[in-house]
This record gives sequence, structure tokens and C-alpha cells, in this order.
Amino acid sequence: MTDKDQTIVTSGGHGRFPWSHVIGYIFSLVLTLVALLMVTNHVASGGMLLFVILLLATIQIFIQLFFFMHITEKHGPAYHIITLAVALFFTFAIIAGSLWIMTFTQVSS
Amino acid sequence: MAVDVNHSVVKSADHGTMLEYSTEDGALKILGFWFFLAQDMILFACLFATYLILHNRTAGGPSAMQLFDVPGFAAETFILLTSSFTYGIATFQMRNNRLKSMLIWMGITVLLGLSFVSLELKEFITYVLQGATISRSAFLSAFFTLVGTHGLHVTLGIFWMISVMIQLVKRGLTPVTARKAFIVGLYWHFLDVIWVFIFTVVYLTGVMK
Amino acid sequence: MGGVKQFLSHFFVTGPFEIGGDVSIGLVSLAILFVLTRYKLWGWLWRNWLTSVDHKKIGIMYMLAALLMLFRGGVDALMIRTQLALPNSQFLGAEHYDQIFTTHGTIMILFMAMPFIFAMMNIVVPLQLGARDVAFPYLNAISFWLFFFGAMLLNISFVIGGSPDAGWVNYPPLAELQFSPGPGDNFYLLSILISGIGSVATGINFLVTILKMRAPGMSLMKMPMFSWAVFATCIDIIFAFPALTIALGLEFADRILGAHFFTLTGGGNPMMYVNLFWMWGHPEVYIVILPAFGIYSEVVATFARKRLFGYTAMVTSLMLIAIASYFVWLHHFFTMGAGADVNTFFAIASMFIAIPTGVKIFNWLFTMFRGRIRMTIPMMWVLAFIPNFVIGGSTGVMLAAAPADYQYHNSYFLVAHFHQVLIGGVVYGMLAGMYYWWPKMFGFILEERFAKWGFWLFNIGFYVCFMPQYPLGLMGMTRRMYTYPAGLGWTSLNMISTVGAFVMGIGFIFIVLNILSSIRHPVKDTTGDPWDARTLEWSLPSPAPHYNFARIPVIDSRDQWWEMKQKGMTKPDDSTPLAPIHMPKNSGKPFIMGVLFFIAGFGFVFNWYVLAGLGLLGVIITLFARSFDYDTDYYIPVDEVKHSEAAFGRS
Repeated sequence: MTDKDQTIVTSGGHGRFPWSHVIGYIFSLVLTLVALLMVTNHVASGGMLLFVILLLATIQIFIQLFFFMHITEKHGPAYHIITLAVALFFTFAIIAGSLWIMTFTQVSS
Repeated sequence: MAVDVNHSVVKSADHGTMLEYSTEDGALKILGFWFFLAQDMILFACLFATYLILHNRTAGGPSAMQLFDVPGFAAETFILLTSSFTYGIATFQMRNNRLKSMLIWMGITVLLGLSFVSLELKEFITYVLQGATISRSAFLSAFFTLVGTHGLHVTLGIFWMISVMIQLVKRGLTPVTARKAFIVGLYWHFLDVIWVFIFTVVYLTGVMK
Repeated sequence: MGGVKQFLSHFFVTGPFEIGGDVSIGLVSLAILFVLTRYKLWGWLWRNWLTSVDHKKIGIMYMLAALLMLFRGGVDALMIRTQLALPNSQFLGAEHYDQIFTTHGTIMILFMAMPFIFAMMNIVVPLQLGARDVAFPYLNAISFWLFFFGAMLLNISFVIGGSPDAGWVNYPPLAELQFSPGPGDNFYLLSILISGIGSVATGINFLVTILKMRAPGMSLMKMPMFSWAVFATCIDIIFAFPALTIALGLEFADRILGAHFFTLTGGGNPMMYVNLFWMWGHPEVYIVILPAFGIYSEVVATFARKRLFGYTAMVTSLMLIAIASYFVWLHHFFTMGAGADVNTFFAIASMFIAIPTGVKIFNWLFTMFRGRIRMTIPMMWVLAFIPNFVIGGSTGVMLAAAPADYQYHNSYFLVAHFHQVLIGGVVYGMLAGMYYWWPKMFGFILEERFAKWGFWLFNIGFYVCFMPQYPLGLMGMTRRMYTYPAGLGWTSLNMISTVGAFVMGIGFIFIVLNILSSIRHPVKDTTGDPWDARTLEWSLPSPAPHYNFARIPVIDSRDQWWEMKQKGMTKPDDSTPLAPIHMPKNSGKPFIMGVLFFIAGFGFVFNWYVLAGLGLLGVIITLFARSFDYDTDYYIPVDEVKHSEAAFGRS
């Protein structure tokens, strides 16, 4: 499939006011602040807290991908989305794999 | 790039021409840059993996809890996040063909970027003066390399952004300069995405408990 | 004065081999300078090769470099085998032996196999896709020159400073400053870091080329199999090389910044290097084999005069291999002690990869079945590959059984396995590709007599050299040992292996003679399609004009050129009018950037940070100079295209 489909799909915010950017910014600020405050106020314990802040970080990534990085805009097939998805998949494999493999070495620090 | 099949200007579905995609070459370079970002993501993934394996190995030296300063890294985080937002506004101005506003928002981004870098340098120097150097322990080696690599990326990005601004001033908003501005924007946003994880995985976990 | 003398005696390596090396380098360099000056070729060299951004020229340069490195790595191999022919041999001392097997491995994988596959990719892919060049021709040139100067950096270590000697994998703690204090290890790290940048850039370049620059009508499922193989390869390249950059970069930080990533003190963990290195290392071997698989598909279909069997299955298995190759890396260090559950997962994943590989082998066999096979040189290399790779691959599955691997690991069993898949798989594939596409590159065919001698000697020599190494490994002979005692029953097998190595060396000489004699008495390729082949590159004249296609073809099937010939066409359709052709300008910046990286690398090797800094600064300045350069392309006028096509008897 060569690029017969030359139309470009744009994300919103191309009129008078950059709504998508402002919304993205506010969401990111809130997510950052919540994570920060949860940690500095010891809202939960180790494992649970770690899970929550990682979740907040992941949500923020997707917010930024959609609202800042114009990820849904495309010129032809969405190769860049597939690429990012594959990269995320490998990122997970590298980090999880390394942690799994290397934990046998945790004797002392 | 040497294909001459499709030089037609590309129209978006409902919003007129998007300048940076409007040449075949622009579309190629933007896709190529997404591949570069994917590759850079793996680079940082390996640095994160290394940090996670080594972050408890302080060799009797200072730990994250002892070193990290919450207001400091919070400020860095908010500054970088805001700079990603301001570049988004710059892109918005570009899409609406407002070169002067675009340059102003790019300039604000550069200034915020410079503040980020100086805060980070200050942070690093503070640690070094306390004896927490890259050669003190595995934890510190991993910390300085992960965060330092990100900081180097940001520094390069600042210079790159300035050079694009100069080209915009010299040549105005053309398909080529628009594409350059779009790509440096992708780079800048990507760096903030990485920082979200540095903030969470390095700094927040460091001061947790 | 004493200080200078001391410095020089460390800077320049002395010893009989090194002095021999100095002399040869000196003589060859003088000869090259003489020829260039005497025949006034400096301008020609600069304009046509050093500043070229043409994928065809870049491909040829990669191939020449690969062949030179095959020679150098081969000489290393012969020295290794000479040392091991007899027990307690003193031909090479232990340290020298270590340097030789280190350079042998590093050169063969990173500076022979990689440039060879890049050569094939560059020469073929744009032509197969109906494109006029790759997506980023300037970046393509940068990739080549970074590879070239990275390779130069490693090669110079032999005579200046001392070669690395910690194995091609360079594990800490041996590779750390404490146990490898000299510049040798730095040469290893920097040469690979520099050329690695080029590799990633090539991966990005060809991914965009394949996704966005196919001729109209060429859907991905109509694309030739070699281009699919390159696509899979490039996915692996961009997701694997960052891990190498980090592994080597962190080791480098240990060495020059005193960091503690992999040190024995300060909380470092040497095993993390092994983990990171093989995260790259395993995909790397698939990076080199997948293009070879692609070449086999092309050659088999052409010389069996039959469509490739099972196109969809072939594509699926390529992609499965590409993805699965990321989930097996631990099989390189089963014995590091990660635990039974970890070992089990990676063992099974490693065995799984044999399945799509097996599918491909069967499909090649099915392609040949009931085909009308022509025994040309490329076809011979393919036929030789099949049994060789099947045996080597089977021993791979044996190695994948983690408990058994505790016996095999780092023995000669392993050495035999990987040489069999790398030589029998990759080298044979590259040679098949070289013979197959040589007419397209140069406009003449390689003659058959010396080629056949080379083929038989290399093949027979291969089995004689490496089959004895399997039992040697099972008998307990380990890898990287510079000598062995008598009386273990190892001697005769080692001697046989050494004889085989020399037979391979003679085979290589015949291949070189083949090339030289063909240049002297060329059999010209007058039609552009000497093999009566199937894909688009054969629809062009040989060698292809610099713009490749006068008119971009429109595609409506697989094996488009074959289908066109079935309809009675002898050349591409010329009924549409010509248009000016958009081409990139040559540029000296990639070459200059290579030189600057060499300078920076050299500075880092010897801890001369001012020099290193200046080199890097130069690189950055060149980047900005390019960014500000808007005069980077031009149009070939229609008249010139007409004139050029007419010279080929086309319009």
C-alpha cells in the first residue's frame, strides 16, 4: 500500500484557541502534582504508592502523546504509532527482563 | 528524497494545508524522526534498567534520600513541562501562519529550557561538592548518567531550537522551515515524556518511605 | 628526550608482526598516494566517491571495505589456527593471541558482516522498490563514513597503542581499567560506538525508504523478498543498537570517569554488562542473517526459474524471527546463574526461533522442487548454505537446552556452532549476493572458473576446519585458550582444523583472483538482465544510471519484471513523457564528519581530551552547517535523461 491516501488527519485545536494544548498542560500539571504530593505526604506504603505513581506517569505520557505530540495526526498509514507501540513493547521487555534476570544478584548494596 | 512522483501539496481533511507535511521530503523526514525517537526510547530504557538494578548500591556513600531536594526537582519538572506546553503553542501559531507569535513562543521555550539546564547543573554541582560524584558509587554513576544523558539531550535541543529560529527569521515560514520546527518540537516533547519517568522512577522513588 | 622516547615506545607497538604491519601499511599507503597523484585521480576520487550520496556507490564502497576486512579477519584466523595446530606452541604468546582473537571477532562481526549486509541493502533495495535513492541519501553517506572511520580506528590499534585483548565481547571486569589499563580497550569501545551510530542511521533510512518510497502499486505484499528481509533487519537494528551503545558507553564511563557500573568495587555489577551486551548481541546475529535469507530467496527463485514458494509464510517467518530475536538473549549466559525459571523461559524461546527458520528452509526447498535449476555460482553458494546452516542451526537448538549448555558453553562446540551459522549462513549469503548482483553493480559478470575453485576450496576447507571442533568441544577444549597440553587427544583434531582453515584461505585467494581476472577480461552484461531474473533491478541497464529509473514504474504484481517479460516486454514502458529528475547533490560533509569522529575517537582512546573535544566540536559544527545549507539538491533536465537513456538503447 503506497501512499495513495495523502489526506492528513489532524488533531483538534487549529482554530482560534489552542484548547488541546491547554487541556493537556493542565492534566499533566495535575498528574505531576498529585504524584508529588502523594509521595511527600506518605499517603500510602511502598508497593502501593509505587504502583500508583507509575500509573500516574503512564497516564501523563499518553496525555502528552495525544495533546502535545500530535500522535493521531498522520500522512498516509500511521506507521509512527505502530513504531511507538513496538518501542514501548520492547522498552517493557528490556526493563522487566533485566529486573527478572538480574535480581539473583541482589545480595547487598 | 529523490523520488519525483508526488510533489503535490498535501491537504488535510478539513483544515487546509499542513505546511510541514506538504512536501514528500517533509513527510519522509518526519517519519524518519519518529523512528529516531523510538530508538532513543530504547536508549533510555537501557539506562532506566541499569538505574533500577544499581540504585540501591550506594557503597556506603550518599543515597537518593540523602541527596534529592524536593523543591529542586519539582521546579525542574514544572519548568520542563511548561516548556513543552509553550512549544505546543508555538506549533499552534505555526499552523495558523503567525510567524512572529511562533518565534516568541519558541523563545520562551528556549528560556525555560535554559532555566531547566541551569537548575540541573546547580543540582549536580551541589552533589559533587558533597562528595557525591559519579565515581563514588554505582547508584551515583547510574544517576548521573541517566539524568545527565537527558540533560545533554536537552542542551543539544536548545541549540537546535535556536538554529531553527534563526532559519525562520532568515527565510520565513516555508515547507522546509515548518518541517524543521515541527521536528525539533517532537524532540522537545519527547524529552519531557522521558523526564516524566525520571521524575517518577528516580526522584519520587528516591524520596519515598 | 627520554620522555619522548618512552612515549613513542608505548605509542607505537613493536614486535615482529607489528613491524611487518607498519611496513605493509606504509607501502600500501605510499602506493595508493602514488597512483592517485600520478594519474591525477584526486579530483575524481573526491567528486565521484568521497562526496557521493548515491546509494549504488555507497554500496560498492561498503562491499570493498567488507572484503578487505574479510581478508584482515581471515589472516587473524589463520594465525589463531597456526598457533593451535600443535600443543604448547610458542608461535604466539598468550597476550598476542588474545589480541588476535579479539580483533578477529570484532572485525568479522562488526566490520565485515555489517558492511557486507549494508552493501547488499544499498545496492539492491532502491532498485527493487522502483525508487531513485534511499529516503535520506546524505544520511546514508554519513553512515558509510562513520563505519569506515570506526573501522580505521580499530585497525590502527594494531600498530599504534596496542589492540584490545578482552575478547570481542569485552566483558568486565577484565575490560575495566584495573585489568586492561592501556588504550587497547578504548580502541574497541570507540570504534564500535562510532560505527554504531552509522548502523542505526542506516536502519532508520531503509525503514523509511521501504515504507514510503515504493513505486506506485507496490503494496507491501508485492514487495520482493529481499526488501522484506531488509525491512525486518532494520526493525532489529533500530531496537537493538541502543543497547550496545549503552553497554559500551557505560563501560567507557567506568574507564574514563571512574564510574562504577561494572567494576568490582563501589557497588558495580559486572553481570549487568553481560545482560546489556547480549540484549544487543542476540538481535545482532539476526541482523546479519536476515539479509542473507533475503538473498537466498531471490537467488533460488531466479535460478530455479520458479516463483518463490509460500510468499506469505516467508514474510510471516521473517517478522516472527525479527520480533522473537528480542526474547532469547539470555541464552548467551545460561551459566551466569540467573535461576531455573529464567533459564527455562529463554531456553524455550530460543528453541522456538528454529521454527520460522525451518519454515524458510522448507520453502526454499519447495521452490527448487520441480523447478528447472541452473547451476550458476550464486546458486551453488545457496545450495551449499542449506546443509551447512541446517547442521549449524541444529547445534544451536542443542545449545538452547540450558542444562546441556552448562557443558557446551564456551567450549569449541560453541565455537563450531556459531562459525557454522555465521559463515555457512551469513558469509555464503553475502558471497551469493555479490556474485548475483555484481553485473548490476559493474556491468560485467564474474567468470566461472576461478569462482568454482574458490567455491569448492572454501566449502571443503570449511567442513575440514570446523567439524573437528564439535568433538573437540565435547572433549573439553575451551574457547580462547592460547595453547593446550599434549596427551589430551586434542592434537590431531586441532591439526586437521588448521589444515581446513588454510584450505579456506586458499579458497578466498581464488575468489580474489576471480575478481581480478574478471576485471581484466570482462564478460559484459549487455542487457541488464544476465540471469533472466524476476525483480525490478534487472529491468535497468547494468550498471544502472545514476538516477536509476527514467520513469518510475507502475506495479501490479509480485515479480513485476518477470510478469512484464511474460507479456513480451524487453524493457520498461517508455510511452509516458520524461520529466526532470530530482536528485540530491553530493556533499563533502559526511566524509569530513567521519574524519572528525576519528579525531575525537583517537583523542578519547589516549585520554587526550582536548583533541577529543575539538573533534566533537567539529562534528557539531558540521551538523549545524548542514542545517543551514538549503542548496542540497538539483534537477536533471529532460534532455540529459534522454541522452543517458539513448546510450543504453532506450528512450
